[in-house]
Amino acid sequence: MAEITASTPHVALPDQPPPASEVGVVGWLRRNLFSSIPNTVLTLFALYLLYVIVPPLLNWAIFSANWQSGTSVKDCVWDGACWTMIRARFGILMYGFYPAEARWRVDVTFVLQFAAIAGLLIEGVPFKKYWAIFLFFIYPFVAFWLLYGGLGLPVIETASWGGLMLNLVLATTGIVLSLPLGILLALGRRSKLPIIRLLSVAFIEFVRGVPLITVLFMASVVFPLFMPEGVNFNKLLRVVIGIILFSAAYIAENVRGGLQAIPKGQYEGAMALGLNYWKMNGLVVLPQALRIAIPSIVNSFIGLFMDTTLVIIVGQIELLGMAQSSARDPNWLGTINTALAFVSMVFFIFCFSMSRYSQYLERKLYTGHKR
Amino acid sequence: MSAVGEVRTVARQSLWRNEFARGVIIQAAVAIALLALTVFLVHNTAVNLAKRGIASGFHFLENVAGFQPTFSLVPFDLATSTNGRVFLLGLVNTLVVSAIGIVFATLLGFIVGIARLSHNYLIRKLAAVYVDVIRNIPLLAQIIFWYFGVLSTLPNVRQSLNFLGFFFLNQRGLFMPAPIFEAGFWIIPAALVVGIIAAIVVYGWARRRQMLTGQQFPALSVGFALIVGLPVLADLGAGSPVTWSLPELKGFNFQGGMSVLPEFVALLLALSIYTAAFIAEIVRSGVQAVSHGQTEAARALGLRPTLTTRLVILPQALRVIVPPLTSQYLNLTKNSSLGVIIAYPDLVSVFAGTVQNQTGQAVECVAITMAVYLVISLLISAFMNWYNKHIALVER
Amino acid sequence: MAQAAPAMQITDEVMVKLEGVNKWYGQFHVLKNINLTVKKGERIVICGPSGSGKSTLIRCINRLEEHQKGRILVENIELSHDLKNIEQVRREVGMVFQHFNLFPHLTVMENLTLAPIWVRKMPKAEAEKVAMKYLERVRIPEQAGKYPGQLSGGQQQRVAIARSLCMNPKVMLFDEPTSALDPEMIKEVLEVMIELARSGMTMLCVTHEMGFARTVANRVIFMDRGEIIEENEPEEFFKNPRSDRTKLFLSQILHH
Repeated sequence: MAEITASTPHVALPDQPPPASEVGVVGWLRRNLFSSIPNTVLTLFALYLLYVIVPPLLNWAIFSANWQSGTSVKDCVWDGACWTMIRARFGILMYGFYPAEARWRVDVTFVLQFAAIAGLLIEGVPFKKYWAIFLFFIYPFVAFWLLYGGLGLPVIETASWGGLMLNLVLATTGIVLSLPLGILLALGRRSKLPIIRLLSVAFIEFVRGVPLITVLFMASVVFPLFMPEGVNFNKLLRVVIGIILFSAAYIAENVRGGLQAIPKGQYEGAMALGLNYWKMNGLVVLPQALRIAIPSIVNSFIGLFMDTTLVIIVGQIELLGMAQSSARDPNWLGTINTALAFVSMVFFIFCFSMSRYSQYLERKLYTGHKR
Repeated sequence: MSAVGEVRTVARQSLWRNEFARGVIIQAAVAIALLALTVFLVHNTAVNLAKRGIASGFHFLENVAGFQPTFSLVPFDLATSTNGRVFLLGLVNTLVVSAIGIVFATLLGFIVGIARLSHNYLIRKLAAVYVDVIRNIPLLAQIIFWYFGVLSTLPNVRQSLNFLGFFFLNQRGLFMPAPIFEAGFWIIPAALVVGIIAAIVVYGWARRRQMLTGQQFPALSVGFALIVGLPVLADLGAGSPVTWSLPELKGFNFQGGMSVLPEFVALLLALSIYTAAFIAEIVRSGVQAVSHGQTEAARALGLRPTLTTRLVILPQALRVIVPPLTSQYLNLTKNSSLGVIIAYPDLVSVFAGTVQNQTGQAVECVAITMAVYLVISLLISAFMNWYNKHIALVER
Repeated sequence: MAQAAPAMQITDEVMVKLEGVNKWYGQFHVLKNINLTVKKGERIVICGPSGSGKSTLIRCINRLEEHQKGRILVENIELSHDLKNIEQVRREVGMVFQHFNLFPHLTVMENLTLAPIWVRKMPKAEAEKVAMKYLERVRIPEQAGKYPGQLSGGQQQRVAIARSLCMNPKVMLFDEPTSALDPEMIKEVLEVMIELARSGMTMLCVTHEMGFARTVANRVIFMDRGEIIEENEPEEFFKNPRSDRTKLFLSQILHH
């Protein structure tokens, strides 16, 4: 057919809105909740569950709860949670038996720590190298001086340390000091030297195969036997060493994952430039591997933070232990659920925010990294 | 000629000074350091033990323990049972709570994991809340909650919660009917075995028939009916050779029936619910790892959703799910040691705890306990390696 | 290869009919008032810029996507929420995907016989005979025992085509079948598709391979922003595009 060779501009069809049953609240409800009979049944079941759980929970925790201050469980006149107990024991729950006038030292310690970690991990903050050097090499001494004492500050024995402060001290000391050891173990596991490799693998598999409790038992009961005569190890220090050894094995596996993600070409490029083993790892491989491993290291930290509750079993009264013993105090009998609710919330807030952060990191890292 | 000879000598000298020799020297140094450290520690330990008058070696296992654990599935007698028997008791308690915990956690975990992928918004969000909350509260707190928080609110024996007239829940535990096996009972397990064999035979027959004629047969449903139905029929046919000893309240306690320790129940609940949250995530990411194109191709071929799931999605998802799943099983087993906080008599509690306290032989007790967990962990790793090799996707 | 499409048997029987089909993703109007009739034996190529809705269009035909307004009929079966209809349609319509979507845990033979055994309820021996017949037709009978991971991209796509053919479909849909292939493998897949067209199969093909359109298609449809802008015989379409948008598109892809 003879056609006009000049092309004609096309008049586009206008966009139209979708039919009403498809969009808006009605459409969303139809698709997501009531699209079929089984689906409707599920929705009803879910609504029933919500009805059974949420109102009683809110009632217990907020509306019928005791928010007033007081000195014993008799002051908790309402039916719900006895937050009065938390208010009364708050200092002990947070700081253990640390003397009240010295608590500022604990506060300063942790403010410094969060600032250092934030400086290290948040984008856009400059001088990351200095934050890292501060965090790993200077801060530990500063923190120890602040918390323990000496050199002008009165000494406060570790037996007085307790509560949430103890969880934080154990977890951060654990991670910070187990990182170098974990990195060495991860490198050792990939070493060409058979004895080094064997020792690294043996350590990692051994530690990962046993429960943390047994490591803590070993630290508190067996370590003293290992010491030469007369040497008496601080009880908390033994526990910290146990935690460091335990955490190092898990960090080693996280770092190993990061190392495995580095393409062989990076090693070859570094070697071609003449870098020896330590320079290659320190300047080229590890910086990249650690960046990749950060999300899983944060996950290990979350796990370690929750595991610090186990030190109750070897006699260190951290937050959960403090809360439990508060609920057993004759003044506060019967407040165990309140105590547990408080502890759970504290842990939940910490751990949930950290895990959200780690997911955010993971997303950021993998969009930039070709897999 | 001499130039080549010179090059050769130089090469041999550099080799001697570099890679190989250095490696040997480093390893020798490490080995010697480790040896020295071991000698040092062993020496100190021997001295310290001698000073405290504590024996060494494993003879203590033959000594009488002198205490009675609260829960025992093996015969235990206060007067004569040895430390070795305590070890056995602890081991059995650990394995039992772990095994049942693994079953419950897997069931609950798979249900919640699939719920996380549901089309229903509410179910999806509820499952997500469950996973996010449970995973971020320490397991120890959850155990304490179930034991002190929940079980302690249970009524005393006289006012037990009553389920169906046969199950009684109170502070002392869960009391339920105990079966009494009379003569002729053997027919029920026999029927079960027959049912299993029959189910397998029917399945095989149905598959062959499908290969030959293309016709399908509900082999799975029929097999299930056989496994459950035959023992029931046998029970009825033989005039119910199982009677039940029902728990009855007499005075201050229940007579008859059997009871389950509240510590066991609390630990089991906490372990199952906690581990199920992790398993749910594993199941969810396993199913999501199967690319959507697989479902589309199966649908485009006309396969119904159930068949698509069974033949295409599930085999691929399981490959991704099983390795981390076995890791969680190992974690659950290790976490059973936390029962010590509520005095559940597991291996750590009675052996690395009480026995170690009483005999003072810390090194032996802790070492044996660790060795047990190591063996369990190695077994699970070996299984995982075998499984991975066995079902790996074939690629070029 | 650029011969005019031989006059193949195009009957009057209508295989696929789209009437006033509209689809929305949320508020986004992705298919606007699509009207299309496909007769038996036709080979239709759908082209257009990305985002024009061409993949969405053919995915609506086997209900991998749902349309919200209008009617779609395949062999007079209307596509709606009725599950039985959907299953019937999927048995008669075959689809080949851009990323092959072979089942990696099954061998080539098992990939091909899965649907015939479980959907058409064929005995295994018969299904395997049919499978071998199609494997020979796509020229890789020796790969029957291999796994998809062991094959090249071109081989995998040919297996995917054979897999759809084993169900004896009346209509074949192709969603950019060569876009994910390395250049040296495109030819082997196109040859299979040309042979399929010459044997009389009704085909709807979303593709950028204009050489294929010239060789085998009896109609080329151009889509942009959810509408069908233009359709014509291949030669006329390429020589005398009517709309300025078609002209623009052709100038962008026909640069050799």
